[in-house]
Amino acid sequence: MRWLGIAVLGSFFALMLFASTGLPDRGDPDAPASTHVSPFYIENTMEDTDTPNVVTSVVADYRGYDTLGETVVIFTAGLACVLILRKKGVL
Amino acid sequence: MKRPHESVIVQITGIVMVPFIQLFALYVIFHGHYGPGGGFQGGALLGVSFILTRLFLGQEASSKRFPSKLAAVFACTGLLIYFLTGLIPLFNGGNFLDYAHLPIPGMHAAELRYYGIMFVEIGVALGVFGTIVLLYDNLAGENW
Repeated sequence: MRWLGIAVLGSFFALMLFASTGLPDRGDPDAPASTHVSPFYIENTMEDTDTPNVVTSVVADYRGYDTLGETVVIFTAGLACVLILRKKGVL
Repeated sequence: MKRPHESVIVQITGIVMVPFIQLFALYVIFHGHYGPGGGFQGGALLGVSFILTRLFLGQEASSKRFPSKLAAVFACTGLLIYFLTGLIPLFNGGNFLDYAHLPIPGMHAAELRYYGIMFVEIGVALGVFGTIVLLYDNLAGENW
């Protein structure tokens, strides 16, 4: 059983290594990830939002829905923790 | 950690460090427009500074300075700020989270977006800050 697990993990590792050779290079300007919407964000951030940091303008403006969801997730985690673990008689 | 820490060195070090951690947290929040940082990181730093006071002052004394109910209020307020920043442009002729339609007079669209991002970051920071302190207080199991 133990050797079976090691064999499965090893073959999966080899598969991942093989698949990673087909990925584009890091920072490749012709990669699909940097030809779709990234150039638009980088070129229009200053006119649109007056913010030099592209990451901030993408996180809070262009992709505001996503950040709203993240905040709700964190808040919900805290709320669930309070509801489950709190002592009686408070809040 | 019901009682304060016995060591005077730990207490004094904590008392000295906490204001600087909070100042750095504010810097991280408001410098998010120009460099690494933003609401999540700054909120986490703010929350950690108050957890540090919980650790060296003990739960009783630090709860008098910053009660857990206040943390809950901060968490809810932060989320509300984010929602309202998204909702107000909706009633002002724009889309949800379209900060260019915030009703602040005398500003052009890019500047409005700049301040919209800032409101959102403040909301995120308050939400994360309150949630972290609330999580610590409830996981530590102290009565508050």
